[in-house]
Amino acid sequence: MVYQKGTATTAGFLLLVASCWAGEGPFFITYTHQMEEPGNLEFATKNITGKPAGGNRFLGHATELEYGVTAWWTSELYLDGQVTGGQSTLFTGYRWENRFRVLPREHWINPVFYVEFENINGADKSLLEVVNHDTRDDLSAPNDDARHEKKREIEAKLILSSYFKGWTIAENFIAEKNVGHAPFEFGYAAGVSRPLALAARPERCNLCPENFQVGVELYGGLGTHDDFGPRGTSQYLAPTVAWTLANEVTFKVSPSFGLTGTSAGFLLRFGVSYEIDQFGRTVRSLLRQRGR
Amino acid sequence: MKRLASVLSCFVLAGVAWTWGGSPLQQAPAKSGNLANPLEGNDRARRAGAKLYARECAACHGPNREGQGKAPALNRAEVHQAAPGALFWVLRNGSIYRGMPSFARLPEPQRWQIIAFLRDSSD
Repeated sequence: MVYQKGTATTAGFLLLVASCWAGEGPFFITYTHQMEEPGNLEFATKNITGKPAGGNRFLGHATELEYGVTAWWTSELYLDGQVTGGQSTLFTGYRWENRFRVLPREHWINPVFYVEFENINGADKSLLEVVNHDTRDDLSAPNDDARHEKKREIEAKLILSSYFKGWTIAENFIAEKNVGHAPFEFGYAAGVSRPLALAARPERCNLCPENFQVGVELYGGLGTHDDFGPRGTSQYLAPTVAWTLANEVTFKVSPSFGLTGTSAGFLLRFGVSYEIDQFGRTVRSLLRQRGR
Repeated sequence: MKRLASVLSCFVLAGVAWTWGGSPLQQAPAKSGNLANPLEGNDRARRAGAKLYARECAACHGPNREGQGKAPALNRAEVHQAAPGALFWVLRNGSIYRGMPSFARLPEPQRWQIIAFLRDSSD
């Protein structure tokens, strides 16, 4: 009976909460200074598939829960997993990231400080960033071997981004450190995007040009502190497109092309996101009602 | 050391006063008032603004601009009569320590469409 009441409450809650325009850009790797709105919860999936030379086809997956703690602080939890053809399906770990907006007002360039703790294993193939000398060989290692490698890492990013006449321009500088060993590892990501139309149409529509955002990302590794530079690193160029439906679900897809000999030749990213408006306030009011 | 602490305290207090002083509209610099809405009086823009308001603003400010919780009502004279440039400044910058995010991610024409809707007092 208690279970049924709880289920009904949950179902009612899901029906009551308003959805919200996810409004995020088309990027998979590059962060902008856009923060999650306070109290909103975004649910997103980020997937990647590819077939590295000498390895089997894989599907890497990350489920993302992003919450706007305040207007200047956004917190995210990622749960990662992957499946590799002819091998196995694995949960590969979690990441907890926080982004802090540094300046309270808009400027030409807007900095955001990002810090993340990740506890994943070597079989993780979500490729949410590329650092150091990550290569295609990392993607072809057998799951049975790779999953024994523990990666407990702290990652920091300096996010710089700007909005200019409808364009979004963003640059990320990445520094990552395994807490147990290994040197500092570096990487970068940069992206440019724009909606197909800058003004909105008054009608509710799925195919309005303002619902589409197109862009391109460039990302890759930059070696370590004692071997800094792009030599021997993986580099990718990835056109990307996002389409937000009138019901406010956003789909994204991005083919990534390896630019160096150590990169995977082709990777396809795709994802979907949906934002629950004022999730925090709804939960608080539900809890208050139950407490009475 | 005491002098350093005093100086730091002054900076903190000045920062708090700067970020919390007055409503976001009152924080808009005077020169922002000179900016005119290029879509003023455009009915199509006002209707598009209503759609954008429902999508971007209604969750906090209420579906009828009546305000809820900490988010103030927007169906009042102060907003209807505000300089479009001041509203544009608030939408661009937000007031992040008071919980209002920046909407700079919206292209400028969409922000002007929202302002065309906000300044409309017909409903």
